[in-house]
Amino acid sequence: MILTIAGKELRALFASPLAWLVLTVVQVILGYGFLRRLDDFLQIQPQLAQLTSPPGITELVAAPTYATAAAVLLFAVPLLAMRMIAEERRNQTLTLLISAPVSMTDIILGKFTGLMTFLLIIVLLVLAMPLLLATGTRLDFGLLCGLTLALLLLAAGFAAVSLYASSLTAQPMAAALLAFGMLLAMLFMGETAGDSLRARGWQVPAAFAQVLSPLKNFEPLGRGLIDSYAIVCSLLLAACFLILAIRRLDGRRLRG
Amino acid sequence: MLPTRQAAIGQLFQPSMISNDPALTICARGLSRRFGTHVAVKTLDLDVRRGEVLGLLGPNGAGKTTTMQMLTGNLAPSAGEIRICDIDLLEMPTRAKACIGYLPETPPLYRELNVREYLELVARLHRVSRTQRASAVAVAMARCGLADVSRKLIGSLSKGYQQRVGIAQAIVHEPDVIILDEPTVGLDPNQILDIRALIRELGEKHSVILSTHILPEVEAVCDRVQIMHHGEIVFSNTIAGLRELQSGNAMTISLHRPPDIDALRAVAGVAAVEALGEGRYTIRYMPHSDPSEALVSAAGAGDWGLYQLTPAQNSLEDVFVQLTRQDVAQQKAEAA
Repeated sequence: MILTIAGKELRALFASPLAWLVLTVVQVILGYGFLRRLDDFLQIQPQLAQLTSPPGITELVAAPTYATAAAVLLFAVPLLAMRMIAEERRNQTLTLLISAPVSMTDIILGKFTGLMTFLLIIVLLVLAMPLLLATGTRLDFGLLCGLTLALLLLAAGFAAVSLYASSLTAQPMAAALLAFGMLLAMLFMGETAGDSLRARGWQVPAAFAQVLSPLKNFEPLGRGLIDSYAIVCSLLLAACFLILAIRRLDGRRLRG
Repeated sequence: MLPTRQAAIGQLFQPSMISNDPALTICARGLSRRFGTHVAVKTLDLDVRRGEVLGLLGPNGAGKTTTMQMLTGNLAPSAGEIRICDIDLLEMPTRAKACIGYLPETPPLYRELNVREYLELVARLHRVSRTQRASAVAVAMARCGLADVSRKLIGSLSKGYQQRVGIAQAIVHEPDVIILDEPTVGLDPNQILDIRALIRELGEKHSVILSTHILPEVEAVCDRVQIMHHGEIVFSNTIAGLRELQSGNAMTISLHRPPDIDALRAVAGVAAVEALGEGRYTIRYMPHSDPSEALVSAAGAGDWGLYQLTPAQNSLEDVFVQLTRQDVAQQKAEAA
């Protein structure tokens, strides 16, 4: 049932010009950034050769491309997710899903899976660019895996937050702005809050704050470090907001 | 040994039933719904059996849509119990919803899909098996007259066709219970006749509840009527019962040579006489004491020249207004 709903969402995404536009714009931005980095790398390559242990091309070209991708997703995911619940509510098509023998959990997980499949396409396109370099040089595949996993986890967090925002209103644009605001607030506040809480010795609140700071959890994996705590925090963030969205949908049935 | 054990287990798991009638497909008891302080539906009871079409009638804002939303699990009732095919809707929503097909006021259509894709999606959501899906979709399209537009995008269809897709969506999985909220809105007269015939046909095997405020529609398709007003059932009877209410215990007679009005009042069974002028009178009588025969023989004996005798027909509208206004008048009296 989750897959049926995911398929429907994916189809709806590709039926709208928005999804194609997002794919195009993301690819243009990332492609330009990637080529700039590659150009820079080629220029400083002679100097790098003089170092005893120089950073590789993966670190200098792929990692910044992934960082750009993370920033681009911050804008793209709220736009892609905004319609998923808000528009169904506005067009009163949500009734179809709610009247069908599927649970609220199935509905939200189906929508999330559909969105993640689309985001997986973006991530794979990002991955394709550094992979092209493998034809001419040796890549650090460990780091590349770490970066891809980090970007996927980040996308999952963004997607869950955006879906929750979409469940709060019947106006898609409002949902997108809300999601963007929430994500931005998390990026700014999550990090400083975590640091200051830890400085005061409040370990438990600091741990909670880290769940709410997706970029902080992106960094270790982005450096090729398998930080299981950061991975768990990323998954928790996604799970929390998915549960909130399910509860929100259920609450609508109760409140009317 | 085995059969007895099975029987014992069967007894153990016997659900707490409101009624033991196996033909009862929808059974709601004490259904209430409040929105803040406003009570939209007040302790409503509702039963529908297999092979029955129930018409839910009422003015706008009477609580018809709220009732239907509760019966389909789209809205949680504030109080009360709903059983669909003997499955508790509130406790086992997924299982109970599998027995329901629902057409809401606004058909829930995905404009970016074509008719066939959409109905296939609905069939999948309702767990129609892969092997039966194509035939289920074909049957639903044929029943609703959609075969010609199966490849068209729903967004490009006219309102009437969209409404038909909405109905097809409610019946594609052959549910036991079909709930239609104003199914003929936006259709042209020919389509209305088609859809009414379809509802009648569906009503033979399934249970159908339809809401409407078009009275002839109720007469045309329903077996039973429940009239709602201010969230309460003010009338619940068969169509025959509704017609009885319509007959109104009155008749009009026309006489060429009218006698004194007291002579008319003297006829057995007549309760009141009202002169309409030009030899026409309205005769009122007590229920079950129709004075037509006595009137005709009195007219013959007295040479009144009786040339017309018509039972007064309350239109359904009159009945409806009578039932719903009565309530208002009562409330006003109570308030005073």
